[in-house]
Amino acid sequence: MTIAMRNALTGIKFVFLGLLAAAMLFPVVLTATNSFMSEDEIGRHYEALGGGDSAEAGKHAAIRLIPEQVSLSQFGEVLLKRPKFLLHFWNSVKLTLPIILGQAAVGTLAGFAFAKLAFPGRDKLFFVYLLTMLMPFQVTLVPNYLVADKLGLLNHYGAIVLPGIFASFGVFLMRQFMSGIPDAYLEAAKIDGAGYLRAFLHIVLPLARPGVAALILLSFVDNWNMVEQPILFLAETVRQPLSVYLANIAEGARGVAFAASVLYMTPVVFLFLYGEEHLVEGIQMSGIKG
Amino acid sequence: MRRHRQYRRDAPFVLLFLAPSLAGFLLFFIIPFGAVAYYSIIDNPVNGNLVGFDNYRALWASGSFRKAFVNSLMFAGVSVPLLFAVSLGLAMLLKGALPFRQTFRSMFLLPMVVPVASIILVWQTLLQWNGAVNGLFLKWGVEPVDWMNTGWALAVMLLVFLWKNAGYNLIVFLAGLANIPAEQYESASIDGAGAIRKFRHITVPGLAPTSFFVIVMSIVSSFKVFRETYLVAGPYPYDTIYTLQHFMNNMFQALDYPKLTAAAVLLAIVIGATVYVLFAAERRSRRALEQ
Repeated sequence: MTIAMRNALTGIKFVFLGLLAAAMLFPVVLTATNSFMSEDEIGRHYEALGGGDSAEAGKHAAIRLIPEQVSLSQFGEVLLKRPKFLLHFWNSVKLTLPIILGQAAVGTLAGFAFAKLAFPGRDKLFFVYLLTMLMPFQVTLVPNYLVADKLGLLNHYGAIVLPGIFASFGVFLMRQFMSGIPDAYLEAAKIDGAGYLRAFLHIVLPLARPGVAALILLSFVDNWNMVEQPILFLAETVRQPLSVYLANIAEGARGVAFAASVLYMTPVVFLFLYGEEHLVEGIQMSGIKG
Repeated sequence: MRRHRQYRRDAPFVLLFLAPSLAGFLLFFIIPFGAVAYYSIIDNPVNGNLVGFDNYRALWASGSFRKAFVNSLMFAGVSVPLLFAVSLGLAMLLKGALPFRQTFRSMFLLPMVVPVASIILVWQTLLQWNGAVNGLFLKWGVEPVDWMNTGWALAVMLLVFLWKNAGYNLIVFLAGLANIPAEQYESASIDGAGAIRKFRHITVPGLAPTSFFVIVMSIVSSFKVFRETYLVAGPYPYDTIYTLQHFMNNMFQALDYPKLTAAAVLLAIVIGATVYVLFAAERRSRRALEQ
């Protein structure tokens, strides 16, 4: 292949990937830019969407990516005039935070046991963990509901948080990651007289930091978006997390919904930008070993 | 014998490290699953009379179950291979030197963290009957499409699935590709192998363990599209995107526990069998690789 041909090929690749990336980012860009439009402007662009069949024929939503005038009024509306938004935001925090912290603790401990300790039936038990990870939430819905009922947890976050902490995804990811840490490191520690506990705390845990970071991020994304558990386990609307609440307000107040979406996305996107290197390393390490 | 000694030495530590997880795992997953299996062969949780396979027969007789079951299998069967191909293709494109390679990677990964509810908003804006896409179609003289109430609904769902999950698999594949020793490609080039032969004989076998992980994670994600479809189309969406999760949610709301638990057991068996086959295939390819 000549150099000119190679350059042309790289150019084609570059353009193709660029277009694809732009298409993939489009939903985020649309949400972000539209959140800076005034209620009036949003109303004009999207009036066709209004009430379904009542909308005039031949009128369609107009996509605009640049606000006529940058306005923070939607954000003001969400943050100051709609106390419900902050309430549901706080609900999401209360559901998500305990789950990711608990999952990280339980997952690192059990992941270490599966990756570095020897016990009978280890691989079979791990296979069972893997299977439950693949089951959709609905599989154990009835007994989980009955257990929550018996424990008096219905309508309480405990009914969602407790199973969340023990979800096998955390164990799976940590086991995958820790399997990639060479055994030689632990052997060296054993010769020094350090027990497993110290080897775990001082050798494996520091080396597994990218894995833990990836777990926290993935679990955060997953739980920040929970839909099934709250709609089935939480009867009261005021206790619903933001994920469910936002989907409900999208219909009526479109402009507000754009701003609310942006605020809702912000923690996840910041965490992503901040921890992307860890996330990538964590995903990569967990995927190489079978 | 050495193994037994290690078991004995490790035993207290196994307890210490595994106990918290195992306790919760038993309480919230294994015991409930046992209960599901039991509920699936009794008439109802209150009476508790054994009815054998009656619930399964009733389930199979239900048209909405058969529809949901077939739809779910179809969706997983189409979406997982499609996602596999798309993300592997992306990884091959991003493998070599390329300007802004890291930026591309970040951009492809970002959809993974975009919250469901935000997607709903964009989805409506674009794809409602009066949405922007139909507006464009009209302008171009193309017949507008009722996206969520025709066969297109499935295509839309597939697109959302690919959009959301391609980045994750891309990262895994990039790692897998980087793990294949460059010398293998070099010596193949010296032997005169072309790009296609190199792909078939070096890349494909070298990616076997990675592929296993990618497929498992993709199956998990293929069940998670339920969130998006549920929030967009509610509990009774268009026929082709009515999945097992819709069915099970609706059975739960209707308090039809016999059908729900029987469906849960069936689904668990299908997933278990699939993963078992994947595991066996992975082990075989690994052994072939080591020889």
